[in-house]
Amino acid sequence: MTALSTETTQASRTAAIPFILKKAFLSACVALVLFSLMIGIRTEAGPDGQLTWWTRLGDLASIVGLVFGGSIVVELLRQWIGPTGAEKLVPAPVQRSLSLAGRFLGPALLVFTLLVPVIFYNQRYILDLAILVLTYVMLGWGLNVVVGLAGLLDLGYVAFYAVGAYSYALLATNFGWSFWVCLPLAGMLAAIWGAMLGFPVLRLRGDYLAIVTLAFGEIIRLVILNWQDLTGGPNGVSGIPRPSFFGIPLDNSDDGLAAKLGIEYSPTHRIVFLFYLILALALLTNWVTIRLRRLPIGRAWEALREDEVACRALGINTTTTKLTAFATGAMFGGFAGAFFATRQGFISPESFTFQESALVLAIVVLGGMGSQLGVALAALTMIGGFELFRGLETYRMLVFGMAMVLIMIWRPRGIIGHRAPTVYLTKAQAISSDLVKEGHG
Amino acid sequence: MSGEPILSVDRLTMRFGGIIAVQDLSFAAERKKITALIGPNGAGKTTVFNCITGFYKPTGGAIRLNHDDGRQSALERLNDFRIAKQAKVARTFQNIRLFPGMTALENLMVAQHNTLMRASGFTFLGLIGVPTYRDAEKRAIALASDWLKRINLLDRADDAAGNLAYGDQRRLEIARAMCTEPALLCLDEPAAGLNARESAALSELLQSIRGELGTSILLIEHDMSVVMEISDHIVVMDHGVKIAQGTPREVRDDPKVIAAYLGTDEEEAAAVMEGGS
Repeated sequence: MTALSTETTQASRTAAIPFILKKAFLSACVALVLFSLMIGIRTEAGPDGQLTWWTRLGDLASIVGLVFGGSIVVELLRQWIGPTGAEKLVPAPVQRSLSLAGRFLGPALLVFTLLVPVIFYNQRYILDLAILVLTYVMLGWGLNVVVGLAGLLDLGYVAFYAVGAYSYALLATNFGWSFWVCLPLAGMLAAIWGAMLGFPVLRLRGDYLAIVTLAFGEIIRLVILNWQDLTGGPNGVSGIPRPSFFGIPLDNSDDGLAAKLGIEYSPTHRIVFLFYLILALALLTNWVTIRLRRLPIGRAWEALREDEVACRALGINTTTTKLTAFATGAMFGGFAGAFFATRQGFISPESFTFQESALVLAIVVLGGMGSQLGVALAALTMIGGFELFRGLETYRMLVFGMAMVLIMIWRPRGIIGHRAPTVYLTKAQAISSDLVKEGHG
Repeated sequence: MSGEPILSVDRLTMRFGGIIAVQDLSFAAERKKITALIGPNGAGKTTVFNCITGFYKPTGGAIRLNHDDGRQSALERLNDFRIAKQAKVARTFQNIRLFPGMTALENLMVAQHNTLMRASGFTFLGLIGVPTYRDAEKRAIALASDWLKRINLLDRADDAAGNLAYGDQRRLEIARAMCTEPALLCLDEPAAGLNARESAALSELLQSIRGELGTSILLIEHDMSVVMEISDHIVVMDHGVKIAQGTPREVRDDPKVIAAYLGTDEEEAAAVMEGGS
């Protein structure tokens, strides 16, 4: 940088000092009003039940001072990191190099994931965590079809997860069917439920769609909770059979896989098997989604997200297009649910609350809607990061919220915001997230 | 049967509550001809378009599309997407409605959705990658590239549609409509916002669509230079009713048209109509 340009930036910064002070003063005023009652005055019930109160002006002053100082720091940071008012705080070259790194990140991540059971063979905790992360990666990829590609905001995704889990649990415990028979059935049942949800909400958009899907998720949970004869209600379903290695059980018996292979039995075998099972399921989801995007149906989903009216003018049946998006997403949710049931061995309605839907949706949004790699990274960050901060105990939610706010400031369209074209003549160029629509429900 | 007009609108009426947007409108669009629908703002032109393309359900009247093979489609009874799919009526919009986050090529591929869906065995065969689908996709890409070449955007095929210049977006939207291989192409103000050079290029494009491909065109347009140059037949509307029709020359000299456009001052109006030609 030349001396001249340094000087000019310096000049523009000094000129902004009154602006910064004004902004900080305003923030401090807001803080004063807000906290004068919350912190400035302390009320308590006196010994005879009467109200006693006293002021804490010192605390109030320090809070207001903190806000004043903090506001200056934030404003300075904004000016240092990027031009004020700009949406993107990450400079273009960094974004380009990030997208370049992204090309190698995916394969590298896959190789690492394949090696996880080898590297961490003796660390049961890490293996369990990896299985959990992969479950959410799969759920995220499933929901990505609905939210990321078709642009339909679904707040009740956990319903399909529950349908899948209960389908497997009930079929396996009542009829003794094996996991490999029940898995496609669970997926199919969830897909049917997805289509059933799709029908009434076809005409809804945006907020209304979100509310109805949210209600649908709750309805499924409440039905499971109250239909005691079938689902066992709040007691859940227990004794769900563990998956077998294509008919060979993974246990200590003489027919077990360990005995057949002539190796010593270890309970870790089953964990490793479960790990590769969910990895295979997640990769299947990924593969199918990538293929679907390049098929006419996938393009129609994305076109639907971009402009529904134009889709209809081009002769695309928006009804079936939306239904297939719901059904496809639900099917993957059903697979993940069946896996969840076989892994836990016990399921109850408590596992399928709205919080799960919100978590999966947060993964999709943070990852960058429509981006497969972004969703995987977001699942790793959200689930893995959540575990990482376990040491902070109650503060971890705070850290978590802070991290989400920061991601939304830096990358408002998710970790990987740009869109890769599905077909190209000469060269596939990433499409900036500014152009890609988010869908309207 | 091919002597019949491609589109015949018979006593079309569209009411919104108490407001009558279109009343007893009858006109026909000839096969392989360009028919223009003109009129002052608020005359009900776009409402007619929305009725023809299924975005509105007409209150009364009949809209018939006569196909080359003698098949007839009753457009007032078909639902939105079926008009494009079965009756083969394609349209563009007054305010451009491309898929901005998709590339120019992708926009043209989406337009071939129904053909590709059949070829992909409604996704199932396409998922396992059968060769018939791959051939169909190659043909679709070839058709799309052909159109990109026609509208001079071949080198921008892989750019996002939202990144194209305004005039390019207009032409891309027409190409996208043409990729559905329509029998009738409906254009809602295709020259709006174009400069003189772009308007001339547009006229050329529309004439080549009519001449080389034999696609019938129905267009709404305010730019009189475009209308007068390329139209074979003009229908003039005002306040929801047809006030005149005929060749560009007949319409230009019609005092009723001039009055509708510029009040009663006919001399001034005549000057404007002349100037536009």
